[in-house]
Amino acid sequence: MTTGDDDRVFKALADPTRRFLLDRLFVDDGRTLTQLESELDMTRFGVMKHLRLLEDAGLVVARKSGREKHHYLNPVPIRLLHDRWIAKYTERNVSALGDLKNELENMV
Amino acid sequence: MSATTQTGTATQVYRVYVKATPQAIWDAITQPEWQVKYGYRAATAYDLRPGGDFRGLPTDAMKEFGAPDVILDGEVIEADPPRRLVQTWHALWDPEMAAESAKRLTWEIEEGQGGVTTLTVTHELDGAPKTALTVAGDDPNAGGGWAWILSDLKTLLETGTSMQG
Repeated sequence: MTTGDDDRVFKALADPTRRFLLDRLFVDDGRTLTQLESELDMTRFGVMKHLRLLEDAGLVVARKSGREKHHYLNPVPIRLLHDRWIAKYTERNVSALGDLKNELENMV
Repeated sequence: MSATTQTGTATQVYRVYVKATPQAIWDAITQPEWQVKYGYRAATAYDLRPGGDFRGLPTDAMKEFGAPDVILDGEVIEADPPRRLVQTWHALWDPEMAAESAKRLTWEIEEGQGGVTTLTVTHELDGAPKTALTVAGDDPNAGGGWAWILSDLKTLLETGTSMQG
């Protein structure tokens, strides 16, 4: 992943409406604009703009099926962010918690 | 991502951008010498013509855990190297998934600008909730699913080694 890709994903995630849209697709993937719009207090144009940003970041893939356009959550960029930015910094804490768990369990 | 859907679809779509040629990505998907270097590292055998056989073979580690001799089967529906591969995909290592029917899986490879190629994987999973859960990476006993496989494939093709080294 290049720096530009990372930037786009972080920017796309830095907005509550876009995070809401991702959460909706996580629960119920492949939704249309009309379905997503019905759950937001926002104009159709506003929702389209957010979806476009999510598409540009690769977090949403839009697919046409007949006359309908379905939006799918693409978790790969988040997986890549996780591997690059999160796993690296949490590894130490996780193993410390694992040690603590072992110690506590062995006490009884 | 969910196993059951109300208004959406049971299809899952995964996309990854890779700095590699379409041919390199095609080979990574279809050739055993590449398959063993990323993801679950299981080699598959493709007969790349319509009606051709598709089979997945367990790694030694999988065999130790009691995996069957064939862990995946399916059929090639369309093979247009290095752009498009349509097949069915049926997991056999788990009885619940084995009881579900073979599902359509489409690989699309599209050359973009600056040497970046887009790989899109579409898995149609209607009526296969256990398979859907597993390939989404939501089954804690089954690893990271397609998202993990594709990010590892990207890492392998861009850096020469996968995340597992």
